Amino acid sequence: MKVVFERPRSLQLTRTHYCPGCGHGIVHRLVAEIIDEFNIQEKTIGIAPVGCSVLAYNYFDIDMQQAAHGRAPAVATGIKRVLPDRVVFAYQGDGDLASIGTAEIIHAAGRSENITVIFINNAIYGMTGGQMAPTTLVGQKTETTPYGRDPKMAGYPIKICEILSVMDGPAFIARVAISDVKNILKAKSMIKKAFQMQIENRGFSLVEILSPCPTNWGMTPGDAMRWINDEMTKVFPPGIYKESWEVLA
Amino acid sequence: MEKLLMKGNEALAEAAIRAGCQCFFGYPITPQSELPAYLAREMPKRGRVFLQAESEIAAINMVYGAAGAGARVMTSSSGPGISLKQEGISYLCGAELPCLIVNIVRGGPGLGDIQPAQSDYFQATRGGGHGDYRTIVFAPSSVQELVDLVYDAFDLADIYRNPVMILGDGILGQMMEPVVFREKPRRQLPPKTWATTGKKGRGQNIITSLYLDPVKLEQHNWKLDKKYREIMARECRWEVINGDDAEYFVVAYGICARIAFSAIEMARSAGVKAGLIRPVTLWPYPQKAFDDVMNRAKAFLTVELSLGQMIDDVKLSVNGRAPVYFYGRPGGMVPTAEDIFNEILKMKGASV
Repeated sequence: MKVVFERPRSLQLTRTHYCPGCGHGIVHRLVAEIIDEFNIQEKTIGIAPVGCSVLAYNYFDIDMQQAAHGRAPAVATGIKRVLPDRVVFAYQGDGDLASIGTAEIIHAAGRSENITVIFINNAIYGMTGGQMAPTTLVGQKTETTPYGRDPKMAGYPIKICEILSVMDGPAFIARVAISDVKNILKAKSMIKKAFQMQIENRGFSLVEILSPCPTNWGMTPGDAMRWINDEMTKVFPPGIYKESWEVLA
Repeated sequence: MEKLLMKGNEALAEAAIRAGCQCFFGYPITPQSELPAYLAREMPKRGRVFLQAESEIAAINMVYGAAGAGARVMTSSSGPGISLKQEGISYLCGAELPCLIVNIVRGGPGLGDIQPAQSDYFQATRGGGHGDYRTIVFAPSSVQELVDLVYDAFDLADIYRNPVMILGDGILGQMMEPVVFREKPRRQLPPKTWATTGKKGRGQNIITSLYLDPVKLEQHNWKLDKKYREIMARECRWEVINGDDAEYFVVAYGICARIAFSAIEMARSAGVKAGLIRPVTLWPYPQKAFDDVMNRAKAFLTVELSLGQMIDDVKLSVNGRAPVYFYGRPGGMVPTAEDIFNEILKMKGASV
């Protein structure tokens, strides 16, 4: 019998704690498939953040470190400087990366640290129960913006790809959505390119992934996917924001 | 062996390189600046990593990553920067990662000043971060001792899988003294089979301080407690001067002990049987030093460059068996030997 679908080697055979319709499962699988395709399972080190994906080390079958909130790029820097021939990636959510960890992500990008960052943007704090994120849309209702995010009170969403793309350091900055099959395939090709950049020693790469959180958005999984396409992509347009194929000196 | 005249900060840096430190991550702050400057110059030449981080927070988390990857790693800072590192130190202790953290203490609280102080004693010995944890704390009182303790600090960090702190002060960091770099026999260190280096040829390694199940976290806490008790039993270090006959003891560490040494000499010339207890480890605290002299001791005088922090440990160690007095100069001011001598006379007068 021909095998047409199987679990990537770099994922463990286990049940995750993620909610139904959550995007983490999709992105975990994409990252694991790419690690398998590059045949780098034995030389890859991942960093789990604080947030819903804090237990990512129970799902990926690779060496991993768990980092303090927002500090994954600094932890990744420490690992990569010690082990420059390994592949190091940080997996972070929007609260972790775009709020408490803004200094770490900007400076890792500025140094063109030769690491890859997988940035899950679901416009909300998942693990703590649906509070406003730095990427929450204007008007979006959350636990801490119960009347909708009012820019006069709570400011505007932080656009990480746009910010990082004006810097000299990064090699590859892209934003994708995982809102349908076509976009998931596109996301995979962008994540793969980000890992390729690192493997070829081209410097800092980051892929922002617009990802659903039906539980905290108060939507069905299907509606959540549609909300990404209809609302999130207006504020966070997908695309390649920076691509530089120079090799690091 | 060659004797060199070096500033404390630079001697510490050279000792770290010789002790096999593979990487340094730090952020500029006075009065420890010569240390990263020396390493920035020397580490790349010797194939090591030097990186100036964007903040002390980033620096300690780079230490976490590098330590988790199996490297011998250090950071250095001073009070305000050490405050920022506390979250990372808590994670390092939780995840049981070895590293060296240097605090060249300055006056506080807040931005304070850049003069020598010992006001970070509580932060260093009580854990400035969250959760039940301990860090081994060394308090050298000369540039030579600073150098010698660097080797031990890295080794103990590896042996116990725990951060080790060297608590210096602005004087020790800045003053020049002759120093010899002794080539110590290397200890047998446990292999770092737990390091995240890629899972080639073995199962998955995970570095984490997260134990969501309270049953498991309690087990982890008890395991840490067992380690801390082993450290308390094995690693206490101290020096006693005139322990054979002294009745009045000054208790001081670091640069303060140097000044106190002159003061007890003056006291002895004046006919007072004075002695000195100088803790070298501040955690674990050398309580035995006090037990050893208790049959003769009439009183203790704690001298610190603070409002009185180590005095808590002195009182716990003396445990009511003799009076404990305090003399301190906070804010970056330093007492003279005469000042301490006068306090010794007061102690004697009050204790008769």
